[in-house]
Amino acid sequence: MDFNLTEDRRMVLDTLSRYLQDQYPVEHRIKVAYDAPFHDPSEWSELANLGLFSALADESVGGFGGTGFDIAVIFEALGKALNCEPVLPLVMASRLLGFAGRDQHALLEGVENYAVAISEPDAPYELSHINCTATSEHRLSGRKSAVYGGQIAKTFLVAAKAGNILNLYQVDAHQAEVISYGLIDGGGAAEVLLDDTPAELLIENAVHALSDAVNAGIVALCSEAVGLMTVSYDMTVDYLRQRKQFGRPIGSFQALQHRAVDMLTEIEQARSITIKAAAELDGAQASRYASMAKNLIGRASRLVAEEAIQLHGGIAMTWEYPVSHFAKRLVMLDHQLGDTDYHLSKIIDGLASDLSNHNAA
Amino acid sequence: MDLNFTDQERAFQSEVQTFLADNLPDDIAAKVRLGDGLTKDMMDLWHSILNAKGWLATTWTKAFGGPGWTPVQKHIFEEECCRAYAPRILPFGLNMLGPVLQKFGTAEQQESILPRILSGEDWWCQGYSEPGAGSDLASLKTRAIREGDEYIINGQKTWTTLGQHSNKIFCLVRTSSEGKPQEGISFVLVDLDTPGIDMRPIRLIEGGHEVNEVFFTDVRVPISNLVGEENKGWTIAKFLLSHERTGIAGVGFSMQALEEVKSLAHTIRRGAKRLIDDPLFAARLAKVEIDLEAMKITNLRMLFQAQKQGAPGPETSMLKIKGTVINQELRDLARRALGPLAAPFPGHVSDGNILFGPADTAFNAARYFNNRKTSIFGGSNEIQRNILTKTMLEL
Ligand SMILES: Cc1cc2nc3c(=O)[nH]c(=O)nc-3n(C[C@H](O)[C@H](O)[C@H](O)COP(=O)(O)OP(=O)(O)OC[C@H]3O[C@@H](n4cnc5c(N)ncnc54)[C@H](O)[C@@H]3O)c2cc1C
Repeated sequence: MDFNLTEDRRMVLDTLSRYLQDQYPVEHRIKVAYDAPFHDPSEWSELANLGLFSALADESVGGFGGTGFDIAVIFEALGKALNCEPVLPLVMASRLLGFAGRDQHALLEGVENYAVAISEPDAPYELSHINCTATSEHRLSGRKSAVYGGQIAKTFLVAAKAGNILNLYQVDAHQAEVISYGLIDGGGAAEVLLDDTPAELLIENAVHALSDAVNAGIVALCSEAVGLMTVSYDMTVDYLRQRKQFGRPIGSFQALQHRAVDMLTEIEQARSITIKAAAELDGAQASRYASMAKNLIGRASRLVAEEAIQLHGGIAMTWEYPVSHFAKRLVMLDHQLGDTDYHLSKIIDGLASDLSNHNAA
Repeated sequence: MDLNFTDQERAFQSEVQTFLADNLPDDIAAKVRLGDGLTKDMMDLWHSILNAKGWLATTWTKAFGGPGWTPVQKHIFEEECCRAYAPRILPFGLNMLGPVLQKFGTAEQQESILPRILSGEDWWCQGYSEPGAGSDLASLKTRAIREGDEYIINGQKTWTTLGQHSNKIFCLVRTSSEGKPQEGISFVLVDLDTPGIDMRPIRLIEGGHEVNEVFFTDVRVPISNLVGEENKGWTIAKFLLSHERTGIAGVGFSMQALEEVKSLAHTIRRGAKRLIDDPLFAARLAKVEIDLEAMKITNLRMLFQAQKQGAPGPETSMLKIKGTVINQELRDLARRALGPLAAPFPGHVSDGNILFGPADTAFNAARYFNNRKTSIFGGSNEIQRNILTKTMLEL
């Protein structure tokens, strides 16, 4: 057993962390995240030049990483910096293009942006609920919702049903109606309206490929959350030391000390389940551990976000104080790739089938 | 024991309902429902409608133009206003300064100031908190030094809610540094047009502008603007706090939020099913509904007790804690219900944009974040627990 990072990953992490600290600090992120295009295009190119995107992709598709741990290490660093670049859709697109056997050099070089369009208004999280339809000539109709990174995508990878089969298609952004907007927690997304829109079939019967992309995305989001929580916690404890009321640091009040300890414990648990999900990403139980991780992360993130604000008092309610932006991201992360309840229901389904196996035996 | 309102109370309730149905403008109710900020004009209009009826200053005694309601009537009125999506009455002039002047002000202060609160000519804001004095309010540093018949004020106030719409501010200032910190504080009225005052906006977490910081540099205020005695401001502050406590449970607002979440859960779909058919979401909602049902009675019990004793007791701290937690939980559910559609920045989704479902969902995430304030201000929930520890536990 070894919980240390490999030499290679340590190097990627160091380079990325130093870069973010020097070139893309939290203050800069807060400046760019809320105005169109809701990220910094020149920083996006810089991150590509650093080789970051290749580190997120497997050798077979032209990268040099792409395992659960690669994703986890990189996204934790992005989370610590509250980064709003659309790296999540890149990870998911890379895996989907890999399944489809498509060239993805342009994606990994950061010159061609993809977004992954799964969610719909009535099918926010569950693949089997998807309603967007495809004809036999690969023309798509329906609405894809809150497509992260959709505001800058040139190409959309769209999940749609041909009859009862869920396929993956590729749609040129110019061919669809794309309505871009900023997000309450920073960064951007789009609604993608398809109305007999021409598309290219990428993967027939794509449930397995889509689940894999979602699982990878979940590992990314959970790791981002671990980074966000770590910083929120550090800032909170730091503030407990600095802030004086009633002639003493507020950190001297036991009522607050215990709550900070609870935050810390939740973060350790969150880190552990994320490590587990990352380790299982390419295994047979990937979906199960992804669901466990996303559920626990959803609970822990809300607790840490709300407690970070509460223990700070009014100051953390302001735009100016960065904790507010970390808290928003932590809470809104639950609205991506399945929320706390959705993933709990997956684990419940698993329990139910465990039990029926048990009875049968 | 009888949980029903008396016949008189019921008659009053239907009178309020009729009044609201006839007089609350639709566009204002719609905006309240949406959770979007009201314009100053809208707030002024609603105040003037209530004032014309004599129902604006519900906490004032009859002698000063209040309706002379019992606490139960006040409760009924507040609850019906919430049910109808009437705007929240701005508390600073009406529910804070008004009662203070009636108890501590000179006849001249009462005559010159109270009518202008009713008419809406004056908008007051509350200048208590400072960067260094939040929970520990008594440590406030803004100084007022007496020079002839004027005070000269220097210092900074912060968190001043709706200061941008106000023309007046009531402040706690330090007039003495002798003795205990509480003993050197005075309650002073300041015209915001006075030279030396600089008000700057503070942007909140969700992007809105509702609070400000106010800087005072050699601001000259006539001595006649002192309320009560010099160095006795802390008594007034404590009196005001007990007034802040009425309606502190926010039961009406939680009932509003509960209805909203129910209606969302019935319209939003997860595949072929409605969200309300998801047992996990339904369990969350049911649990808050139970808490709220109990809170309604807890609130009434404490109201009843206050009516008997003449003043609310320390148990009202429980109303503050539990009331804000219930409301925050409901705001969490409203956000959660929307799934990915909660994500857009509120300003980026124009009101009524059908793309994003019912128009009244556009601000749900913003309201969730904004409402985190309720467990911080008005005495944080930790401070309320300290009060309960001291007064109830006898450790
Ligand atoms: C949106 C908003 C609007 C406001 N409007 C107004 C206004 O109009 N006018 C005005 O004067 N003020 C206003 N306030 C200020 C509000 O009253 C203060 O924020 C509040 O008193 C808390 O003070 P603080 O923010 O400085 O936090 P602090 O007092 O610094 O508290 C920080 C943390 O320490 C905890 N803490 C402090 N002391 C203790 C203790 N003894 N034991 C245990 N825990 C403790 C607190 O509960 C909190 O969790 C507003 C605040 C907000 C956020």
